[in-house]
Amino acid sequence: MSGKGMFSFFKKKKGEPEAETPAQAVPNPDLSAPEPVQSAPVQSEKKSIFQHIKDGLKKTRNQLGEKIVQLFPGLRKIDESLLEELEEILISTDLGFPTTQMILEKIRKNKGQDLDAVTLKKRLQAEIEAILNQVPRPVIPLDEAPSIFLVVGVNGVGKTTTIGKLAHHWKEQGKRVLICAADTFRAAAREQLEVWSKRAGADIEIKENSNDPAAVVYDALERVKAEKQDILIIDTAGRLHNNPNLMNELAKVKRVITREFPNGPHRVFLILDAITGQNALQQAKQFVEKVGVTDLVITKLDGTAKGGVAVAIANELSLPIQFIGVGEQMDQLLPFDAASFSESLIGGSA
Amino acid sequence: MFDQLSNKIQDTFRKLTGKAKLSEENMQDALAEIRRALLEADVNFKVVKTFIEQVKQKALGQDVLRGLDPGQQLVKIVHGGLVELLGGQAREIDFSRQKPYVIMVVGLQGTGKTTTCGKLANYLAKKGKKPLLVPCDVYRPAAILQLQTVGAGIDVPVFDSTNLNKPLEIVDRALAQAKKDQQDVLIVDTAGRLHIDDTLMDELKQLKAKLNPSEIFFVADAMTGQDAVTSAGAFHQALELSGVIMTKLDGDARGGAALSISEVTGARLRFVGLGEKVDDFEPFHPDRMAGRILGMGDVLSLVERVQERVDQEEAMALQKKMLENQFTLEDFSKTISQIGKMGDLGGLMGMMPGMGKLKEKMDINKESKQFTTFQAIINSMTPEERQNHAILTNRRKARIAKGSGRQVSEINKMLQQFMQMRQMMSLMTKPGKLGKLRQMFSRAGMGDFAKNMFPGSQYKLPNGMTEEQLEQLAEQNGGQLPPEVIQQLMPGAARPAGHQASRPKKDRKKEKAKRKQGRKRR
Ligand SMILES: Nc1nc2c(ncn2[C@@H]2O[C@H](COP(=O)(O)OP(=O)(O)OP(=O)(O)O)[C@@H](O)[C@H]2O)c(=O)[nH]1
Ligand SMILES: Nc1nc2c(ncn2[C@@H]2O[C@H](COP(=O)(O)OP(=O)(O)OP(=O)(O)O)[C@@H](O)[C@H]2O)c(=O)[nH]1
Ligand SMILES: [Mg+2]
Ligand SMILES: [Mg+2]
Repeated sequence: MSGKGMFSFFKKKKGEPEAETPAQAVPNPDLSAPEPVQSAPVQSEKKSIFQHIKDGLKKTRNQLGEKIVQLFPGLRKIDESLLEELEEILISTDLGFPTTQMILEKIRKNKGQDLDAVTLKKRLQAEIEAILNQVPRPVIPLDEAPSIFLVVGVNGVGKTTTIGKLAHHWKEQGKRVLICAADTFRAAAREQLEVWSKRAGADIEIKENSNDPAAVVYDALERVKAEKQDILIIDTAGRLHNNPNLMNELAKVKRVITREFPNGPHRVFLILDAITGQNALQQAKQFVEKVGVTDLVITKLDGTAKGGVAVAIANELSLPIQFIGVGEQMDQLLPFDAASFSESLIGGSA
Repeated sequence: MFDQLSNKIQDTFRKLTGKAKLSEENMQDALAEIRRALLEADVNFKVVKTFIEQVKQKALGQDVLRGLDPGQQLVKIVHGGLVELLGGQAREIDFSRQKPYVIMVVGLQGTGKTTTCGKLANYLAKKGKKPLLVPCDVYRPAAILQLQTVGAGIDVPVFDSTNLNKPLEIVDRALAQAKKDQQDVLIVDTAGRLHIDDTLMDELKQLKAKLNPSEIFFVADAMTGQDAVTSAGAFHQALELSGVIMTKLDGDARGGAALSISEVTGARLRFVGLGEKVDDFEPFHPDRMAGRILGMGDVLSLVERVQERVDQEEAMALQKKMLENQFTLEDFSKTISQIGKMGDLGGLMGMMPGMGKLKEKMDINKESKQFTTFQAIINSMTPEERQNHAILTNRRKARIAKGSGRQVSEINKMLQQFMQMRQMMSLMTKPGKLGKLRQMFSRAGMGDFAKNMFPGSQYKLPNGMTEEQLEQLAEQNGGQLPPEVIQQLMPGAARPAGHQASRPKKDRKKEKAKRKQGRKRR
């Protein structure tokens, strides 16, 4: 991992009081929910955050060298058989067929050249990085008083968890953050978000017994005005992009926001699970069309999945990746860095 | 999205019609298409490689069956191979093995374990079992409350783990309680975890040792990509999975991970999740999954859904009307609400082979949204107007617009759609969007599908016309057939069963062979 961007974020925080090691979930005695929240044993080892994340990424990174180096120990000519092997490596990261071919075409131009594994690896990486860097990545506006962020995505990708992490991230920057619990459908969705709001020290707008997300959002908008909060983050229920009723419901939520705040929502984050295959493209297309997604967050990159489909999405839909999730704890969210991402992508191919 | 693999394969063989054997050369392009389709469906590339090799070996030198062309033959081999890999017949849980029968549910984060535990409990309770849900996710915020809520919703008890925060302790007590209370099934929900998290994987091993479960179900998300082999493989290695449950199949992911997971674990897919509600759950069917992965549509699920949720008699009546060209606005309104019962139109059409193109043309999502509007408009009409749209003058339209809070332009749009639907439905009531769709059905082994889906469907080609010509005609005419041709196509539903006599003999033979093939495939 090129220690740049990605880790400076953590280094900055490393010296801070360890009141919240990544491991320790805050018990919530004042929460009525019967929730013996507890941290996973693995996370209670006293590792530094930095170490923790590095370890997570190392597993995949180690395979990197191995795989491509396995292809050839010394020099090798770029020929069809090498390209075929490269195709497999790229496909295995979920880059998808078209993006893989696009990259292979670039490599094919140097047919006949002799290359060593490291150079080849670097070249692939550079191609991917170039694709990612084509997409402008605007700074997320935090001073719109209030800045309103809508968080959307299919079921179980990590929306609620990411919101907890984002709230924490912005609280740390001294912002006043209000979270809105607009998942009125899934069992215990509100309570889950409530735990996260406490962990992050953010306020939360909850409406018990409501099954109308737009109504909850409306209340949150009123409250954010009245309380002069800096940031409002809206959690929505997971929904499949091919379900028109649920997508319409989401569009309605967005309309309610725009009615109250003509410039809002200021960003619409689509959360993608790194393990998702080609269907992620479909998800992105639909969520862009229905609610105008502006940015991506890739979660669960602490696993072995590489999230390559995000490159295809960046390429096709010109959506920037802003953050990556690398664990279940509050500070396991990193700002996106194209170089590190590309490296771990090529490196981690199984 | 639902590009038709079989069509593509057909194309690659077009130049070779008449060839009697499949050979390395004449299969090459088709195999490349299949490879690509499988990769796009997210089947792991290694699995694809092995699979393609097997298909090739199986196909090499095979005589092309009478009545099939090489493309059909190959699709048949591919489909059969997939079904085999996916585990043959679906198998049911065998309760005689243990009491209480213990089921452990495991998997990566967010795949749908907790939801699936509820679905499973509901499924078993309906079969007369007494399940107890056991919450072992002590990590995720509100995970236990989530399971309790799910349990309360289906009236299945959830073990009370208050004051217990170690999964091992929880299962220990739950086991004791189940024995005492005579619960016959224990369903243990565990926290999501990464397969590379050694500590948490150890926890699962310990749980397994304590519970000695009869079943360990791995819950996998249908949208999973290439990495499915890695995670499922690791879970299998640690726990020896006894089955896989694939969730979120109500989405439009092709679900190639099912194949990857089957291949790497050897564990069978046992159930599928088709939505967020407890009833959106059913046993796994390899043939449907194979069709889905190949982009041939989840036809059988569709038929079942239609049969389950739609009033058959009403459907028949509507159909008859369509055939008789007496389809009214009233019927249109009923049709819309039937579509509503079946789930959204897009999902429905996506499940049907050959409907991909049509689906694109229709812009389904917009359509579904409009349907609500349409229904409101129709509701504001007088019974007379509903029976006869021809009397809708501008004055009447203005009144209806006022009554339904809609624009006259919307009413006109609705009428236009109604006319289109009338026409489209009349096409669909013949088995297939003319030849193509029917071909798809029989190729996918759905000989009887059209009959189920469109009861009473019969048709006859106008004299001296082939299906291809009809299709061309439709194409020239902006996707629609001229009314006079439609008239010829359906001179009334009351056509005698022997109507086929009017078709060329050759055609009939071909039909029969296809149907036969379909039956064999099932
Ligand atoms: N390993 C890992 N797990 C994560 C990450 N982000 C979220 N998760 C886990 O993924 C699971 C689902 O997360 P949620 O935040 O509930 O997902 P969601 O999108 O809100 O889910 P729904 O609201 O049900 O659609 C939980 O177990 C989270 O702990 C991540 O970056 N890494
Ligand atoms: N559309 C659809 N959503 C599903 C299905 N099964 C589960 N879900 C949704 O997926 C999300 C995650 O489900 P959970 O049951 O919380 O997943 P889990 O595996 O228990 O998550 P963790 O415990 O955090 O690992 C929820 O939003 C569920 O409603 C399904 O078959 N279809
Ligand atoms: Mg959520
Ligand atoms: Mg769970």
